[in-house]
Amino acid sequence: MALAIKDNNQLYISNFESLEKSLNGEAKSWVHQLRQDALNKFDELGFPTTRNEEWKYTNVTPIAQENFKHVLKPDLNAVTSNDVKRFEYPGLDTHLLVFVDGHFAGQLSSVRDLPDGVKAGSLADALRSDAAPLQQHLGKYAPYQDDAFTALSTAFIIDGAYIYLPQNALVEKPIHLLFLSSSHDEPFVSYPRNLIVAGKHSKATVIETYAGLNNNRYFTNNVTEAFVDENAYVEHYKIQEESSEAYHVSTTQVYQKANSNFVSNAVTFGGLIVRNNPRAILDAEGLESTLNGLYLGTGKQLIDNHTTIDHAKPHCNSHELYKGVLDGNARGVFNGKIFVRLDAQKTDAKQTNQALLLSDDASIDTKPQLEIFADDVKCTHGATIGQLDEDAMFYLQTRGIEKEMARNILTYAFASDVINHMNIKELRDYCHHRLLVKLQQDRLEGIDQE
Amino acid sequence: MLEIKNLHVEVENTKILKGIDLSVKPGEVHAIMGPNGSGKSTLAQAISGRDTYDVTNGEIIYLGKDLLDMEPDERAREGVFMAFQYPVEIPGVTNSYFLKTGLNEIRKHQGLEPLDAMDFLKHIKEKAKLLDINTDMLNRSVNEGFSGGEKKRNEILQMAVLEPKLAILDETDSGLDIDALRIVADGVNRLRTKDRAIIVVTHYQRLLNYIVPDHVHIMLEGKLVKSGDKKLAMELEEKGYDQIKEEYSSVKAKLEETV
Repeated sequence: MALAIKDNNQLYISNFESLEKSLNGEAKSWVHQLRQDALNKFDELGFPTTRNEEWKYTNVTPIAQENFKHVLKPDLNAVTSNDVKRFEYPGLDTHLLVFVDGHFAGQLSSVRDLPDGVKAGSLADALRSDAAPLQQHLGKYAPYQDDAFTALSTAFIIDGAYIYLPQNALVEKPIHLLFLSSSHDEPFVSYPRNLIVAGKHSKATVIETYAGLNNNRYFTNNVTEAFVDENAYVEHYKIQEESSEAYHVSTTQVYQKANSNFVSNAVTFGGLIVRNNPRAILDAEGLESTLNGLYLGTGKQLIDNHTTIDHAKPHCNSHELYKGVLDGNARGVFNGKIFVRLDAQKTDAKQTNQALLLSDDASIDTKPQLEIFADDVKCTHGATIGQLDEDAMFYLQTRGIEKEMARNILTYAFASDVINHMNIKELRDYCHHRLLVKLQQDRLEGIDQE
Repeated sequence: MLEIKNLHVEVENTKILKGIDLSVKPGEVHAIMGPNGSGKSTLAQAISGRDTYDVTNGEIIYLGKDLLDMEPDERAREGVFMAFQYPVEIPGVTNSYFLKTGLNEIRKHQGLEPLDAMDFLKHIKEKAKLLDINTDMLNRSVNEGFSGGEKKRNEILQMAVLEPKLAILDETDSGLDIDALRIVADGVNRLRTKDRAIIVVTHYQRLLNYIVPDHVHIMLEGKLVKSGDKKLAMELEEKGYDQIKEEYSSVKAKLEETV
């Protein structure tokens, strides 16, 4: 087997040429240079095969071989405000930015009363009007040199969200980025590209939701970069509700400065082949970083989480809790890298990953990967894979609860652990509810009451 | 109410119970005493229906029905309850949800309407008051972070809420200081009724100072070797298990001689 699949490179090159034609005179700009470099890199790399160590358990051949159409101009009339409502969180007041097939849909969005200097809008608009701070950050954190999907994302930087918080800015309401994939006659690809720049002492909550409006095949190739400056606090949620036929590859790349705090909660419900790469670079002292995740795989889903926490400087804490529930023929992959560089003394890093297998045909490949070069550090990791606890099953049964219901209660409890770490009640409620629906636990009335 | 005949139980191919006979009537309190490893807890688990305990011979008839034919949850719905020696922690499930679900499953089985949240709360508050138990623990996850005493009290609260016909207390006294022991024992005493049978499994006599049994049985090496009334427990306290063991082995030796 080859190391790369390049069968479809020509498709992406011709999509790129179409994109170029649509750019009026922008072809000489810095961002287009970046796109061109990334495209060249992608052409060189090709899609990875399972011979690539980073993709050992995740075969992306179906993605590599599909002839995805690139939607340059979405049909915004195909999406209604009712479609949007389906994926808003009941009771949660947000600044809402809606994107359709990767493009900002202003008429479906509502952003009001942002504090002075704060920007939350379309990246495409920002590229036209506000290029200077973008040039400083865009494409600077998510490396594309050895990652074909990030290279593609960078080659097709067109639109997505641009969030900018000046120094001391405090955004009370969460900023909700809703990425909807609509319907097309053929499989299509979108490249939502987001940039979050949180200035010193700023604070905000960002929710990314990815959802398919219909059960068709499409490919979401997302990269979100976040720059979190000194003493800034960013709480990040990613709720993934793609269609059951969709492919979803996503990198959330965070770069943190001194005394900052970044908290990520990523929940995967949807998608046929899913790869998430949450990565944090802790490049200054005294900061805190949290990567939490929950994934629920049923049917033939493949859900791969490759997390990376890179401790580059001393006195930083990182926390990681990933849990997965796999039923049917679902497969999971968890790879948790923690680097502790030579400089990074007094690091405190904690990683826990647990998977619950509910059927004989479900499986998980899991690997903690700690590379520690400093000597005065505290690093712990624990991985467990298993079935439901027999003692707990018996305990529930002796209280009159039948076996299947006992199993459902324990599954719910296992997964809700991650949900309970979320600070936003409305998101907890939503995730608890979705958990019940996804696990077909409609009999557990009242278990999600707080 | 409960008729156990010639019960043989194995755990992972090791014979633990070697022919138990026990008859329990409504309203009675039976104490089963024995040293560690004698098989007391195995008997409790076998009555509750733990599937890792293989019944290889004998029968358990409960209210005229073959208990061994039933799953643990069916037994519970028929009114069998066991207070665990090591109550299980279930993070993420609140005590009140856990109890409400169990109670409503039992009520449905009895042809009663399930209790809604309000009625359940009323029911459980009544029971908690009866047992002098603080209701704070209702909103916490089942047994998670509970002290030893809290866990045992929680077991008794469950017993009060589920209102079983037959309750088995498996070493409920283990790990309790004297104050906690008294609270638990008082609770059990308040749950004694003329219709409810209770089997108390214990290593020590001290629990029986508080829960006074009608019958006491001593278990050694998987058999009930001696039965009597509450005086037997006191006798045991004085003599210790060693002397009983000696008596038992000399009887056994004589029996073997005659064979």
